[in-house]
Order: sequence, then C-alpha cells, then structure tokens
Amino acid sequence: MRGRIAAPVTRHEKIQPGKATLHRMPDTMPALAVSAHTATSALGRGLDAHEDALRRMRGGLAHNNFSSAPLDCWIGRVAGLEAATLPATLNEWECRNNRLAWMGLQQDRFMDAVHRAASRYGSDRIAVLLGTSTGSIASTEQGYRHLDVDGRLPAEVRRPIIHCLHSLSAFARTALELSGPCLTVSTACSSSAKVYAMATRMMQADLIDAAVVGGTDTLCDSVLFGFNSLGLVSQQACRPFDIERDGISIGEAAGFALLERAERAPDATRLAGYGESSDAHHMSTPHPEGLGAERAMRDALARAGLRPEQVDYINLHGTSTRKNDEVEAALIARLFPDTTRSSSTKGYTGHTLGAAGALEASIALLALERSLLPGNLGCDTPDPLCEGRLQQETRARNVRVALSNSFGFGGNNACLAFVRAEEAA
Amino acid sequence: MNGDLNLWVEGIGIWTPGLPDWNHFIAHLDGQPAAEDAPARPGASLLPPAERRRAPDSVRLAVETATQAVAMSERDAAHLSSVFASAHGDAIIMDYMCATLADTPLDMSPTRFHNSVHNAAAGYWTIATGCHRSSNAVCASEASFGAGLLEAATLAVSENEPVLLSAFDVPGKGPLVEMLSTHVPFGCALVLSPERGTHARAALRLRLHASSQPQQPPSDPHLRRLARQNACGDALTLLEALATPRPGSTCIAAGDGLTLHIETDVPA
Repeated sequence: MRGRIAAPVTRHEKIQPGKATLHRMPDTMPALAVSAHTATSALGRGLDAHEDALRRMRGGLAHNNFSSAPLDCWIGRVAGLEAATLPATLNEWECRNNRLAWMGLQQDRFMDAVHRAASRYGSDRIAVLLGTSTGSIASTEQGYRHLDVDGRLPAEVRRPIIHCLHSLSAFARTALELSGPCLTVSTACSSSAKVYAMATRMMQADLIDAAVVGGTDTLCDSVLFGFNSLGLVSQQACRPFDIERDGISIGEAAGFALLERAERAPDATRLAGYGESSDAHHMSTPHPEGLGAERAMRDALARAGLRPEQVDYINLHGTSTRKNDEVEAALIARLFPDTTRSSSTKGYTGHTLGAAGALEASIALLALERSLLPGNLGCDTPDPLCEGRLQQETRARNVRVALSNSFGFGGNNACLAFVRAEEAA
Repeated sequence: MNGDLNLWVEGIGIWTPGLPDWNHFIAHLDGQPAAEDAPARPGASLLPPAERRRAPDSVRLAVETATQAVAMSERDAAHLSSVFASAHGDAIIMDYMCATLADTPLDMSPTRFHNSVHNAAAGYWTIATGCHRSSNAVCASEASFGAGLLEAATLAVSENEPVLLSAFDVPGKGPLVEMLSTHVPFGCALVLSPERGTHARAALRLRLHASSQPQQPPSDPHLRRLARQNACGDALTLLEALATPRPGSTCIAAGDGLTLHIETDVPA
C-alpha cells in the first residue's frame, strides 16, 4: 500500500456521542462597516416602508391566498411579485425567488453602493454570500404540477439553474456583475444570519475586501404544507410571545447588506460580533434550555467585546410557536437586565425562514440608525413566561447596541451584534 | 487574489459504491480489485438505530464519511466546527415533496419535511456527536466541493481551529433527475487543521484565483468517470493527490470563474 495516510482499523472508538464539551469564548473581532442594507417583505419595498410599518405597528400578514390547495392560515406575501420581471439579459434565471431577490436589490440604492465598492476594490474582491431555505423550489413544485405528456418538467421550467439552492447567489452575483467567492448557505432559518459570519472570516483571511450578504426566501407549497405537517402553522396571524400563540405565519422576504472594513466607511453602523452554534438536541425542536441559542448569543457578545447590560435591543427569533418563544424568553430573562428591550417582528412580516436573518438584521440596523424600538406586534397578553424584557409597543428610543437572533431546524443557531459607529470607536 | 490558506489534513473519509473508505480508495489506486463485500448503502453506524432508520441516504453518506475522517484525525467530534457541502442535499426527498405537493399536499410526511432541509446532515451529525460548535450547510452548484473547501479552510484559518468538511451528493428520482448532474452517490470528508498537530498527514496550501482554469480531472479512469457523475466529484482530484506521497498541485473550481489552486504535500 502506498502513501502514508492509512485509516486506523477501529474506526469509531474516538467518537463519543453526547460528551459535554468545554466552551472556549472567542476573541474580540475587528468590527465591519454595514455600508448599505435593504429589506423587502410583506411590509413593503425598502427600509422606509419597514420603518413606517414598525412605527405605526402596521402588520403585513393576510389570509392565505397562495398555496395550491386551501390551507387555513395567514401569510406574509410581497405585493406585486407576480407582475415583477427580470431584465431580459437575466431571463434564464426567471423564478419567483430570483424575482424577489431582484426586487430587493433595486431598493435603497443598494446596487449603486455595490457598484461603487466594485470600482473601488475590483469585482473579484467582493463575495456574494446569501442564505435561503428553499430557494427556487416553487418552480420545481410548479413543474411537478404540470408535467408534460412524457412525464418531464414542462419546457418553461426545464432549466437546471433554477432547480438548485445556489440559484439565488449565482443569480445575484450575475446581476451585480461581481466575480468574487459565491456561496449559498442553507441552514434553514439561520441561513441569512450565518452569511455575516462567513463574510467576516473571508475578510479576516484577506480573500475579499467587501461582501454582499443577505438572503431571499419566497412562499412555496413545500414550506406551507411542510410546517403544516409538523403542526406548527397557526390559523391566525402569528402572535409571538402571546399567551395564546399557537404557531407560525410563513412569509417571504429579501434582505441584503454590503459589508466592508470599518475604516472604509467610518460613519456606517457596525457589525460588531457574531455567534454560531448547534443545539445537538433535535431536528425540529429547540433545546429545552436554549443551550445552543445561549452559546450563539454569548459568542456574539464576546466577539463584540460587549456585556449584556450594554445591549439596548434584541430582535428575537420569536417564531410564535409555544416552544421557541418560551425557551427564548427564558434565555433573554436569564442573560439580560430589564433595560434590554426585545421583540419579535414576525408578527409584521411572518417567519421568512431563510431570509429571516437578513430581514431582521436590517430591522436591528433600523433600530440603531433611526432610533426606534420595534414593538412586538401580535402580543396582546404576554405569556407570563415571556414577560419582563418584551417591548410590546413601538417607541422612539436611542438604540446604541442591537442583537438579532436566528435559530433554525437541525438546532442551527446564529446571533448578530450591531452597534452604532460612534459606539465602536 | 491574496491570502494563502495553509492547512493540515488530519483525517480523510470517503464513500461511494465499491470504495467504502480511504483504505479501499488507496487499494484501488494500487490496482487492487474493488471490495466485493462493499456495502450497498453507507453504514453510518455512528447514528443511533432510530436516527439511522429515519435518516435519508444523503445523511447516511455524509455521516459515514465524516465519521471516518474524524476517527482518522483522532479528534473528538464534539469539538469540531463543521461545514457540509452538497449541490442538491437530498434530491430524492425533493422529488417526494414535489410529487406529494402536486397530488395530495396535506399528506406531506413531517419526518421527510424536516429531513428536506439542506442542513439535515449537519443536524443529524451534531446531534449524534453532541457537538455544540458551529455547523454550516453550503452549496455552489457544480463547484459545491471547492466552495465548501474554501469555506472550511477560511473557518479553520480565521478562527484558528480544526474544522470538519463533509461533501456529498446523491442521485435523485423522478422528473427532477434530468435537472441534476449526480448519477452515482459519492461523499468525502476531511478534517482540516490550521496547525501541524501530531496527526497531520498532509499539508495543503490553497490560493483562490479569479479565473477559470480547467478543472483537473483525476488520472485514474474509474475516478475520472465517477467525478463526472457526481456534483461533488471535483473532490476526487484532491483525494487522488492526497493518496500520492509527494508534493503536487491541483486546480478545483470554487465557483463560476473562480479556481482554487491547491498545493499538496504528502510526506512519503
């Protein structure tokens, strides 16, 4: 046998499942500038629409008129997506998810900011790292509903590039005319939060000078009937942290941010830290004590060099399931003083799954940039387990430090820490 | 592009029909016939029996190769951050879901739905190993292996910790098949460390180039065929280099117009 790399004879003895591990806290990281960001959801297109809805506590959920068979639930649907089109040069990417991504990229002069960065750094020095849970699967579903006489996908969706998850990032990279590293992350509902961490690491390793991060997920039967099969879909508009909450409302959204080194955009809000962890507990149920979530939050604070009492606002994962909200609220009460205010914004937008990390990062950034404490829409009577730090009504308030939580199936957790530029100095 | 990523390979896992682990892979390159007793499905014996029954073949494949690689590294799996890369995750479940949704959407199986997430393998793995570290699930179409390697290497270097990479793809079913490039199941795993530890078995130097250099196919004819039949098949070029006890260099696509130039140094 040649080579010296040989596998040991007894293969599994070194792996001991379930063994407790000591956790090493991460070092602080150099903060990055969020030099542009944008969000599109059931609340409308762009940041102003989101700020307005949050200030007025106007939700975007409506009774389900989407799924192919009636499902009695509420959804967060982006208006005008059916009529939206891609530019002719991008036609091969046509599908609902890429249409929403394109619509999202058009808002808040985001593409201008990316093009400026590309001329500054070179298009190959900008990564495109986007998260999605189901990507363009709605097109695959559509194809299966309309198979041709030979049992093949119909011609209009017979394009391999829309039947894989990477369609989203590959489309965005093409549309933005970038040529740097390009990955799609799909860790369910933490997907588009983790991309912020990946961009930070690529910058630390000097692979890139900037990154377009974010995510897009669109309504599709897979998630509506999938979450329904798990008994997790509410028949009412979701009510995070309310005593009568009984499940999620599914929404769709696109959110994007441009990250650069802090010195290149001294006035921009900072990504100060991130934390990622695994529950190691269950595929579709959170850890009962929020162990993974706590690690993600503690790591985000450690990287940001922040203490819990410095946190003004937390955008909670707050899905409105019985279990998530109970576990998350108990964790917040354990880690943070009551000067830290927190809310879920899923009562406005629905749970936008793989886009939730990016959408809610933008909402946390809005809290910092527009002095806003978003109220927790849908919670009339807080579950006593969830009281204390829950911000029920929207308030104008100076917010200097904000966190955003995103937890996904498979026990995949991420937390992002953002601070205003002057706090980072 | 700047930024070399220097790493040490501490463990290697591989599974494909006929080549169920690294020793069989090396034996094959040495001209020995394929294992006659090779299992038809990845064993994934790390998973508890109930989980193994529930886990789709894509998860079993990813867990099997990850288990092999971690065992070779003699690391504790619970201490390793992980990156799982796959172009399509589980295309069989995707076919099941789309077929069910077209006919009887209310009959969707909850188990198959939660198994359909792209991070199913990461979930099963971290649960089975009690690992609370970061786990990721990424894809980049036909460059999923190269992009996953880039992510795992970046993670290892910037966080200064060993990282498990598991890359896999399995064939699909039904009308979806003609949209997929995977026709033979194949998965591999690497434990990558930024430092030369006692179990360092090969050195890697990765450099990212913004150009499309031709992907170097494996030189072994069987591996070359296999590489064309699996979306993560690019990995076979690197595995072949790691089986060669001398310095070498290979090119692997990390994306459209992006190439990872990899120098390998395997001590003889």
